[in-house]
Amino acid sequence: MDTAPATQELLDLIARSSGDEKHDASSFSTLDVIHMLYEVLRVDPRNPEWQERDRFLLSKGHGPLAYYAVLARNRFFPPEELERFMTWEGILGAHPDRLQVPGVEVSTGSLGHGLPLAVGVAYALRARDLLEQRVFVLTGDAELNEGSNWEAILHAGSAQLANLTLIVVDNRSSNVAMGDIAERLRAFGWDAVTVDGRDHEQLRAAYEHRADVPTAVVARV
Amino acid sequence: MREQAMATVVDLFERDEEIALITADISLDFLRPAVEHDPRRAINVGIMEQSAIGVAAGFALEGFHPIVHTLAPFLTERPLEQLKLDFGYQGLGGLFISAGAAYDYGQSGGTHHSPGGVQALSSIPGIEILLPGSPAETDSLVRTSYANGRPTYLRTSVVENAAPVELAPGGLTVVQRGRDVTVIAAGPFLSRTLAAVDGIDATVLYATTLVPLDAATLALEAAPAAEIVLVEPLYEGTTAAQVSAALAHRATRLLSIGVPRRFIKHYGTSEQHDRDLGLDVHGIRERILGFS
Repeated sequence: MDTAPATQELLDLIARSSGDEKHDASSFSTLDVIHMLYEVLRVDPRNPEWQERDRFLLSKGHGPLAYYAVLARNRFFPPEELERFMTWEGILGAHPDRLQVPGVEVSTGSLGHGLPLAVGVAYALRARDLLEQRVFVLTGDAELNEGSNWEAILHAGSAQLANLTLIVVDNRSSNVAMGDIAERLRAFGWDAVTVDGRDHEQLRAAYEHRADVPTAVVARV
Repeated sequence: MREQAMATVVDLFERDEEIALITADISLDFLRPAVEHDPRRAINVGIMEQSAIGVAAGFALEGFHPIVHTLAPFLTERPLEQLKLDFGYQGLGGLFISAGAAYDYGQSGGTHHSPGGVQALSSIPGIEILLPGSPAETDSLVRTSYANGRPTYLRTSVVENAAPVELAPGGLTVVQRGRDVTVIAAGPFLSRTLAAVDGIDATVLYATTLVPLDAATLALEAAPAAEIVLVEPLYEGTTAAQVSAALAHRATRLLSIGVPRRFIKHYGTSEQHDRDLGLDVHGIRERILGFS
């Protein structure tokens, strides 16, 4: 499948956004990763609160332009909203706010919050017998410096939360050596794989893979 | 109060399928019936308080009423940012019940003390903070607050008042009316405050909802005299700004009696600490007499 036109469409949407942040590396590191996630994610832009949807929590709230572009392309809000990015009149801040932006599951910005929240959502879906629904959460490699992530990684592995998938966008931005992130996650009981974070078919296959333990996709970009 | 809080939580948990119960390896014996009733929504995350709050917020995102329980310093101070962002900023409700208030663990040292917990949580917009003074009040406040849609902190303590009070709806209850001084006693400090004002013509107001303080009742019921005394089992002055704001329309003098702002270095019972900190009946009475 040729996904290049979609990528170009997203780049054009990012280019429409106001301000200079669209030139930052953090705005592009997640582009293919989030785009391909929304190719497999079961969501309904006409009903963002649809109970039987899959959940996606962007824990790494920094550099959200790729996320906003994917949401706009999927019709969660009009593309014109990108032209008010980080402005007084707009709803799109430098970090996403779930109470303002349709399709945003959780307000983030401070690092290390999304993964524990995702563990709670995974438990909650199980308690509601929503057993087919999946919970995806995206962190950066440097975000994994935060200890709260490792609490949640330890707990989710121990609890075998099979409906949870962690996506780590690894652009080697951590100033602390992270080693082989997938290997570390496996040591905590996760089913983890490393893929090329620009390769759409690798990303799709990794997202569609399920196991009887939590899964992780380390996307190197 | 702790045992009552746990019993009430278990009772509610068995009645209301929308409750999720999260613990951080504390009070497991009390909560075991809930785990046995429905382990899918009764989760012991382990000794990880940041994640306890985050996991609870995840349940709240899906419409559950989460109740989180652990010891006061590890519930109010260690995961403060999680309470601020995962609940306050997200606009989610949850009930956070602590055990081991102030210096209840009087032989454990400063790691297990939390006279600053209420003040720390007060910085979260929209939070509600409850200080019951008896098991009966604890039962009532847990039942009325767990589904209120707001982040709510309920502080239990081994220190209790001699008898429960029928609480006014706003959480500031008139206990007696007088003319020479207005005394606001918070939570489990009511009994000792009443003993301390024996023979003094004082209005005594009993505060079980510390945040938001019932400003309308305070403005209406405060005695004509300018002297206002606040007695709370928290760091001195924790609630002073709310008292001042409620009475901004009139001239007042405010005395704040509470835990001195220093680390406690002695090991002993609550009563020994009360005496040392000037928070027993004698200490409170001396301060009030010296103020009037």
